[in-house]
Amino acid sequence: MRMTDYPPALILLVGVIILPMLKGRTRWAVAFALPVLALADAWAAIEVGANSFVPFMGMTLNPVHVHAATPAFATVFGIMVLGGLLYALNQKRESELPAACLYAGGAMGVLFSGDLISMFIFWEVMTLGSTVLIWLGRRKDSYGAGMRYFGMHAAGGVLLLIGIIIVIAQRIQAGDPAPLEFRHFDSMVQGWSTLSWSSAGMWLILLGMLVNAGAPPFSSWIPDSYPQGSSTGTVFLSAFTTKTAVFTLLTAFAGVEVVIYFGLYMAIYGVIYGILENDIRRLLSYSLVNQVGFMLVGIGIGTHLAIDGATGHAFAHIIYKALLFMGAGSVLFATGRTKMNQLGGLYKSMPVTMWCMIIGGLAISGFPLTSGFTSKSMVVQAIVDESARMAELGQSHTYLIVTWFLFEAATAGVFIDACVKLTWFVFFQKDSGLRPPEVPWNMRAAMIGFAAICIFLGIFPGPLYAILPFKAEAAEYAKVIYSVDHVMIMVGMLFFAGLSFFVLLPLMKRTETITLDLDWIWRRFIPKFWRDVVTPVLDQLNAAQKAVLEWFPGNGNESDLPTVVRRRLPGSWAVSVPVFMITAMLLIYLVVYFWLLPTQAA
Amino acid sequence: MELIHKNLPALIVVLPLCMGLLTAIVGRRGLGWWMAMATNSAVLAMAGQLLWNVMHNGAFEITYQMGSWPAPFGIVYIVDPLNAAVLLVVSIIACVLTLYARKSVASEIQKNRLHFFYALWLFCTTGLLGITITGDAFNLYVLLEISSLSTYTLVALGRSRNRRALTAAINYLVLGSIGANFYLLGIAYLYMVTGSLNIADIRHILETTVFPTWATDAPQYRTTVIVGFAFMAVGLSLKLALFPLHGWLPNAYTYAPSAVSGLLASTATKVGAYVFIRVIFTLVGVNFAFGVLHTETALMVSAGAAIIIGSWLALKQTNLKKMLAYSSIGQIGYITLGFSLNNVNGLTASIIHLFNHALTKGSMFMALGVVVYRLGNARLKDVRGLGRQLPVSMAVFTAGGLGLIGVPLTAGFISKWYLVTGAIQAHRYEMAAIVLFGSLLALMYVWRVVEQIYFGKRDENAPKLKEAPVTMLVPMVLLVAASIYFGIDARASSWVAQTAAELLLGVKA
Repeated sequence: MRMTDYPPALILLVGVIILPMLKGRTRWAVAFALPVLALADAWAAIEVGANSFVPFMGMTLNPVHVHAATPAFATVFGIMVLGGLLYALNQKRESELPAACLYAGGAMGVLFSGDLISMFIFWEVMTLGSTVLIWLGRRKDSYGAGMRYFGMHAAGGVLLLIGIIIVIAQRIQAGDPAPLEFRHFDSMVQGWSTLSWSSAGMWLILLGMLVNAGAPPFSSWIPDSYPQGSSTGTVFLSAFTTKTAVFTLLTAFAGVEVVIYFGLYMAIYGVIYGILENDIRRLLSYSLVNQVGFMLVGIGIGTHLAIDGATGHAFAHIIYKALLFMGAGSVLFATGRTKMNQLGGLYKSMPVTMWCMIIGGLAISGFPLTSGFTSKSMVVQAIVDESARMAELGQSHTYLIVTWFLFEAATAGVFIDACVKLTWFVFFQKDSGLRPPEVPWNMRAAMIGFAAICIFLGIFPGPLYAILPFKAEAAEYAKVIYSVDHVMIMVGMLFFAGLSFFVLLPLMKRTETITLDLDWIWRRFIPKFWRDVVTPVLDQLNAAQKAVLEWFPGNGNESDLPTVVRRRLPGSWAVSVPVFMITAMLLIYLVVYFWLLPTQAA
Repeated sequence: MELIHKNLPALIVVLPLCMGLLTAIVGRRGLGWWMAMATNSAVLAMAGQLLWNVMHNGAFEITYQMGSWPAPFGIVYIVDPLNAAVLLVVSIIACVLTLYARKSVASEIQKNRLHFFYALWLFCTTGLLGITITGDAFNLYVLLEISSLSTYTLVALGRSRNRRALTAAINYLVLGSIGANFYLLGIAYLYMVTGSLNIADIRHILETTVFPTWATDAPQYRTTVIVGFAFMAVGLSLKLALFPLHGWLPNAYTYAPSAVSGLLASTATKVGAYVFIRVIFTLVGVNFAFGVLHTETALMVSAGAAIIIGSWLALKQTNLKKMLAYSSIGQIGYITLGFSLNNVNGLTASIIHLFNHALTKGSMFMALGVVVYRLGNARLKDVRGLGRQLPVSMAVFTAGGLGLIGVPLTAGFISKWYLVTGAIQAHRYEMAAIVLFGSLLALMYVWRVVEQIYFGKRDENAPKLKEAPVTMLVPMVLLVAASIYFGIDARASSWVAQTAAELLLGVKA
């Protein structure tokens, strides 16, 4: 039983304060206890449908509320923290633990936020935690990447905040009894297609959430920042930010068509850039964008099955993506390398890592008998069902057919990227001569555990389906999931995709390259534009300002340091300018007052 | 006890005044600090008691007649939620800073003048408390001069660290006197019309005899009232350092002793803002100031410019005390914007920001004071890599900085929340945008320093610094903890501020 209605996230956030005070074994014991307690507490809250209200500045916050998708997300977040901790157990760098707690606590908090303000606060807590986690990566570019990450998310947060304020102000004006409530925007979706004042708030909220989801044109923050974390830090990073965004989009924007297109773009983008990539952790980041794209498609379709699919896919994805990042982290840990052209032939000395990565790779490609299959095929089925329904109604459903086609193409693509290419270049191909020892037991245990979950959910999807938002539809779907045509289509498609990889192998060999992305705009173009165009203009303006200031009596260059004996006191030291200002202000006030000379009674 | 309770409104001003005189005479050999500390603690207790009394008094008002002379003839002290809150701000800051001043001031001022410092310190407190509590417009001017004159001297005492303090003090003296005299002239004009100096009485006479004839062919004293109000508005804008009349502020804050910077930044301009609110909402009435004369437009333009230009200039400073000074100019913009919106949320934002900003800025000046205490200076390059050497002070600075930006869970967020809601309610979307843009600028200038503190590399040959003595750490940690507490649980502060705002606007019966 829960004592009071505090948010379950608080348990994790407490860790931020306690963990730095502890040392050694106690520290780890507490670190493991926190997510277990948080998970237990989250489930206690879910079981009783906890709902608590806190008065705040004349309004009511609702920091504990169970949304439809909360159970699945809370469960996987809890599992994720445990797995990540186990994986990090042999790390010397214990300063990551509090940061990870802050990060996971923020993410968990968002899941239980029943109002927009609490959601925003936890959202920002999450940004803070993840930024620190990137900095703690202590790689060559960690600091810069962390700064760019923080800048991107702070900007996204500002959009979100402005949007929230506008929406709340509108709801108050419309006499909404619960103006702060974090709920689906269905009552406001009518004015969607045109950007007007009435829907501006929602657009801004959508945009703020999409920034965190890694939607275009903001996708590049993921491959830019995640590979800069430490081998353990990136495992945490891969789990929370984007999936929390998926959760909020799912709760607020399910069935909004525009989300489909963002999702499709991400799915394709992730595959193409993934094929061009050489660094394993960057490649995994690209495939992360691709997978989140699949979830957004599910959200955009918005039928019950699609929502279940997106939720289930987020669940499965967190597990196998963390597994893949753990594998990549193990390779980094053992060899100190992450570039594919410097790796190869590791299958002899790191068999456990290899098998785990293969299972993760199969899961991400949605191979039958893995968790990716049981979750992703649900989204596919939802696309097909919706398309059929619209055809029956005689409505245009071409976009759904195109969606289906691109979706399947991207599925094949991710199989090439994250499964075949990754394992081939890292563990097989040429022998790089590296014979690193297998990683320590805790890393292996974490990987094996997550791989086991991938397989288990692939064979017995029941437990996962039981915590999805729409249990009935999921249970119905569970009966047909392993039908012959589902399996045959998938296996056939993946077989040919794999075949094409080996046929095109010479083209797939990677070298040290940099791939141009949209982030070129703000990393190169804007700085250059600033330097070559804006700065000269500003210089001119400064010169003009200086000339004006020098013309003022008693003003001069601030850099001559004043001494009391100097007669001409320069810059901010002159009394004459402020006195002139006072007189001028009085004049302005009087002129304005008499000009407005009132005719009506006071 | 009964006697003390009945005379609280008078005691809160008289006690520091008498103790100030006493300190100047017998306060040598460190006794001065003890006297100041004892006095300010007592004042804090009294201010807390007054706020409690007024908030739990059905009428939300306590009137005290000096020497039992009735209202329009004698001086009355009136306590309502607004000035009780300001009294509490002033006394909290004064008390906490006195504790801080012990070590800090001793290192910045010659030993044989310390008792004068504490005497002036108490006079300054007297003036600020008196301005806040008095219900008499002329008495307010007298107390304004008491606090200002002692402040000029306090700033000048910074000269043993940097001789520019003298120039800054002279500048401040010239401009401050002009400001105060403008206010006095304004009162004089109103006195010509109404024949009264009592704030409530002036309002009553204006409402009953002057305004009703306003629109007729032969308006009585229309010109006189308008000119008087214009003088007061300009004079008070200067006292509160509202852009573009902020010229005196940066140097005065920068070159004053650290404790004085903290006191000035947290209380002097806040009291100025309080007087401005009082003049607009209580003395002449909002129907006249905003409804007829549309002063809110001028105030909003000034406030918007203050937010943007103040924050922008803060971004360009290398002297960190000056950076905080310019940031204060921006924050004054927020306060002014709040009451110029003329709705409950805006006014609540102003009042709550008076309190929140005092906590935030006070703690930040104190944290920089530690750097000054150890190094004699606080430039951007001085704090490079100090995160490890002065962990507590720099953490306080950072937390305070977060409050300036208005990050959620800090007090600054609460103020900005009310301010933006108020601006949207008043359909001033451009002002809401300016507030948010100001936060972005604040993020930039705070981050610039935080980055140096935690990520900058300390020079090889730079001296290793020790964390400040406990008497300096405790006050700033207290303030910053309070600013975070009131960011998380704003029930008490927003209750007081909202009640005060509703009373000023006449929404609450």
